[in-house]
Amino acid sequence: MIFKGKVWKFGDNIDTDIIIPARYLNTTELKELATHCMEPLIEDFSKKVNKGDIIVAGKNFGCGSSREHAPLAIKSAGISCIIAESFARIFFRNSINMGLPVVELADASKYFNQNDEVEINLTDGIIVNLTRNEKYKIKPFPKFLQNIINSGGLLNYSLNKRKPK
Amino acid sequence: MTIGEKILAAHCGKEKVEPGEFIEANLDLILANDITAPLAIKEFEKTGVNKVWDNTKIALIPDHFTPNKDIKSAIQVKILREFAKKYNIKYYFEIGRAGIEHALLPEQGIVLPGDLVIGADSHTCTYGALGAFSTGVGSTDFAAALITGKAWFKVPETIKFIYYGKLNKWVYGKDLILYTIGKISVSGALYKVMEFTGETVKELSIYSRFTMSNMAIEAGGKAGIFEPDEKTIEFVEKRKKREYKIYKSDKDARYSEVIEIDVSKITPQVAVPHLPENSKPVEEVEGIKIDQVVIGSCTNGWLEDLEIAARILAGKKVHSDVRLIVIPATPTIYKEAMKKGIIDVFIEAGAAVSTPTCGPCLGGHMGVLAPGEKAVATTNRNFIGRMGDKTSEVYLANPAVAAASAVKGAIAHPDSI
Repeated sequence: MIFKGKVWKFGDNIDTDIIIPARYLNTTELKELATHCMEPLIEDFSKKVNKGDIIVAGKNFGCGSSREHAPLAIKSAGISCIIAESFARIFFRNSINMGLPVVELADASKYFNQNDEVEINLTDGIIVNLTRNEKYKIKPFPKFLQNIINSGGLLNYSLNKRKPK
Repeated sequence: MTIGEKILAAHCGKEKVEPGEFIEANLDLILANDITAPLAIKEFEKTGVNKVWDNTKIALIPDHFTPNKDIKSAIQVKILREFAKKYNIKYYFEIGRAGIEHALLPEQGIVLPGDLVIGADSHTCTYGALGAFSTGVGSTDFAAALITGKAWFKVPETIKFIYYGKLNKWVYGKDLILYTIGKISVSGALYKVMEFTGETVKELSIYSRFTMSNMAIEAGGKAGIFEPDEKTIEFVEKRKKREYKIYKSDKDARYSEVIEIDVSKITPQVAVPHLPENSKPVEEVEGIKIDQVVIGSCTNGWLEDLEIAARILAGKKVHSDVRLIVIPATPTIYKEAMKKGIIDVFIEAGAAVSTPTCGPCLGGHMGVLAPGEKAVATTNRNFIGRMGDKTSEVYLANPAVAAASAVKGAIAHPDSI
């Protein structure tokens, strides 16, 4: 399971009100959520993202609310994976459940600049910064997590499992 | 074992659990609101399951964008309403009878000590004030629990906080928790339980305890728990709808960390933009001009909070440059405040008093900030753009500081009024 894209760099404590401001939570439409993703920090973030791009952030990414709209907005904006030094608890679980891979890497902020090209191999647990030509080890995603991501989230994964083969 | 470990063990049929262990536990109550339930209901319906786990243990509370602020939010609430009717959900509260979920459920005796609760709202941790283990989850976890009545947990480590010393005047649970988050940071309790103990917590009202448990999530906490005492029992006995069980931490319980806090050194706190960890003594920020004050929310919308604010506002006027918005957290609190003449005090002072809603806390409605505006709020988050425009600012404080600031037109110490 490999993701490749350009880095969007963020700092520590990126909260759910930055990821998707609460005033837009009167809908569950993915396109609309994507339109407002990261709006307080970057105007038209979703238009600027190329499909597959990767977020690299500092500590406690996704702190705040339990809104699943947050990982949904990021995923719908075209981001394929988030690397952070640490994640807030609820956001971490919500992301996996929504089929958005999230990866912890200590000191991640030091290893990447905005626009670096990155390749993430979740099966082998290797991140490569292609711009710097440096490699970092992470814990590989176990098969069931990969299946959740490939199914597009926990619910589809569970439904697929129930279907007779 | 700690109180948190005991509750988790009791709900997965084990004698003992240890931090790091994964368990599947039976839940006493699950809840969601008008933002998180529609996603969960959409997921639930995709599964093709046509039965909920137990209609008497589910709460659906429209409180965030209610009374509906626009057509889209009206559609969201309609989804809750129709689902609640279809499955005969016991704790669906219609507008007018609904309050802010985390005040309403304890007030109505629907959550009790010893309960294990998940809610699709991050402030579900509030019920730790009663000695329950309650934690916020996403809509998918809620949807799964709608079907099974269960959730899986990693048993968290616990940090023990020992509060000692005499509380200063105008210092409440809000100040202790802001101070604590300032000390340990917004990720200081990530994945962990915050257990609030010590001689001072016995002095705290149950409402101050609700405020502290409520904000455990602002330090990244999974739960924020107090051991039940006489005050807890007094609160729940007259409200309980069923029996409950009291758990207490063992003397030899293991903690990942023990943090002692001398409360006599704490004066009223203000958390400046844009993180709850930016707490400072009010003396350091006095004089910052403000445009709005909000008193309410799941953090500080209890009757006691309104009484504290009214004590300061009695016979005073809100500063001509300030809008004061007061929001009792539940209809019962509203009614009691009316009986006590507190609502009169607010209206005489020039405040707008609203029906219960989360509204302005999350910049939804009922007091959204324009670019560059500043607000003092008794709410829980001061993130960028939380209450409105991304250039607006929120200063978190207790109800006394909020009321004093409304009168002064600038951040003020309650003693200055």
